[in-house]
Amino acid sequence: MCGTCGCAESDEVKIMRPHNKETIEYSNDNLTYDYIHTHDEKHAHDYHHHHSHSKEIILEQDILKKNNLLAERNRGYFDAKNIISINLVSSPGSGKTTLLEKTISGLKDELPVFVIEGDQQTMNDAERIKNTGAPVVQINTGSGCHLDSSMVNLAVKKLEPKENSILFIENVGNLVCPSMFDLGENFRIVVISVTEGDDKPAKYPNMFESSDLCIINKTDLLPYVDFNVKKAKKYAMQTNQNIEFIELSAKTEDGLKDWINWLKSKFKVEK
Amino acid sequence: MHEFSIALNVVQSAEEEAIKVDGVITEVVLEIGKLSGVVKEALEFALDEAKKRTRLSGAIIKYIEIPGSAKCNNCGNTYDTDDHFSICPECNHPYCSFIRGKEMRIKSIKVETENSIKV
Repeated sequence: MCGTCGCAESDEVKIMRPHNKETIEYSNDNLTYDYIHTHDEKHAHDYHHHHSHSKEIILEQDILKKNNLLAERNRGYFDAKNIISINLVSSPGSGKTTLLEKTISGLKDELPVFVIEGDQQTMNDAERIKNTGAPVVQINTGSGCHLDSSMVNLAVKKLEPKENSILFIENVGNLVCPSMFDLGENFRIVVISVTEGDDKPAKYPNMFESSDLCIINKTDLLPYVDFNVKKAKKYAMQTNQNIEFIELSAKTEDGLKDWINWLKSKFKVEK
Repeated sequence: MHEFSIALNVVQSAEEEAIKVDGVITEVVLEIGKLSGVVKEALEFALDEAKKRTRLSGAIIKYIEIPGSAKCNNCGNTYDTDDHFSICPECNHPYCSFIRGKEMRIKSIKVETENSIKV
């Protein structure tokens, strides 16, 4: 049974480099397999003794504790290596990968860039990034709807990003689930495009609340759509007063310079 | 969709405690905030499936829904709200910080062991 939505498909997570048959076999679902194969079935009514002790244990434990602990380890690793890590989130089709391609071109003479791609299937995005010259690893989540810190942990070990570099983690296209899963990133950046409706931040508040920066992409299409930039910003700020905004078109590169400068400024500060 | 990931995390954490005393879980109490983004019904469904054939298979799952409350970024007034987009009732400022309602916690579990010696 799938570890995220309960469907019956295999949910074996794969982490691969493009043009490389070698994969890391990774099971996100150690939990389910263990239950089926190794644990004894224990039921209260199987007891032969009439004595049974019931004990209440107060846990007060965050449900995503495991993910968050590993996220902090990822974060520590990035800090130690002076790597700026960025979790890029959005709906499918907002233009994340195109934006990344242009970003890598804009940065690579000055800063080394490393990329982790996340999708349910295919190596398409990793292939595109590979063609820019940046080292990249693709995570295929199978039926999973978000990346988590353990996937990123494994991918980083495969990717081996250098010190003093920028690491982009392009999350699975999904504005809901990734908001709950800390990957260990320094910055979370949500990308929306002007073709998606200006009320997007209102419909997906959790994501905007947890993001540091909102990139409004495809501004070249503004004359053809009913997207009110001011309204979109207002909605986003209602869930997160401190969220920053950059408007750009990855396609025409209008506004791209502001984004590159934003990235460079973060790097200088961290150093 | 992610409620299943959450359910599996709950089962795993509770099982760890049960294994320590070689017991079974008879009750799990969860605290889920109204602003956490978790849909309670989806989590119920997910947990019903996830606990099967585990040490939680006979467990009753209880949910405590924690209502949201916010603090106005302008006047500091705290007020109850389950809405991500709330206006301060005191000064009408549209921006606030949430101080409660985002919880996703296992509050407690009840473990039952087979015989008195093992406890």
